[in-house]
Amino acid sequence: MQNRRETLRQSAVVAGLLASTGLFPQIAQAAWNKNAFDAKSVAEVAKAFGAGAPVESKDVTLTGPDIAENGAVVPLAVATTLPGVKHLLVLVEKNPNTLVAKFDLSPEVEANFATRAKMGQSSDVYAVAITADGKAFFAKKEVKVTLGGCGG
Amino acid sequence: MSDPMRIRAQAAGGNATIRVLMSHEMETGQRKDAAGKTIPAWHITEVTATLNGKQVLAAEWGPAVSKNPFLQFTVKGAKAGDKVAVTWKDNKGDSRTDEAVVS
Repeated sequence: MQNRRETLRQSAVVAGLLASTGLFPQIAQAAWNKNAFDAKSVAEVAKAFGAGAPVESKDVTLTGPDIAENGAVVPLAVATTLPGVKHLLVLVEKNPNTLVAKFDLSPEVEANFATRAKMGQSSDVYAVAITADGKAFFAKKEVKVTLGGCGG
Repeated sequence: MSDPMRIRAQAAGGNATIRVLMSHEMETGQRKDAAGKTIPAWHITEVTATLNGKQVLAAEWGPAVSKNPFLQFTVKGAKAGDKVAVTWKDNKGDSRTDEAVVS
């Protein structure tokens, strides 16, 4: 006869299976966007977010050094003044995986984020803003790296 | 368990600028160890932040964010005394939350 412990364990297993099918949207959304982080080019990353080909825009800004002494720690800041932006992305074109970080915008935060990224080699860095209607806008800057940051 | 995050939250003109320094290896999965074996990827995948319990920031990170990640963002409508909490989750299932008060 099944005791309570067995029943609870079975429910947990079933719940886990259901969650992995993506039937529960909240749990599915919490999963990390693997397609986007595996993408190997700026266009692929935009596609992974359901956006069209990115268009250059003065309303997206990317701040970073012209020359990064240490490719393991390159300070980068992305910002946008465009309305209706859902995500702000940081991309390093020549990295093994192009997408570095994605920030979700909300009414409570400014569309302005700074972090530090690893760059494997001198490359164009992109700030991409993806709007709610599926358009992508970018700004780019070339950052030269004297010592590559991927440890290779 | 990793070291605590260092969070500085400063109010200025109706907003608060939050600076966070997290302690994490952020292994890319590209490096090989002395024996030639690839060191597996181990990095923060998600970061969230709340202001007085309400979520204000969600971010997803890949392995290219630098080791001991730095993050700066600005929360609107925050004032001195508000509580900011930052949480990260990594690809091994670990997570960590640290709090700070806006000054």
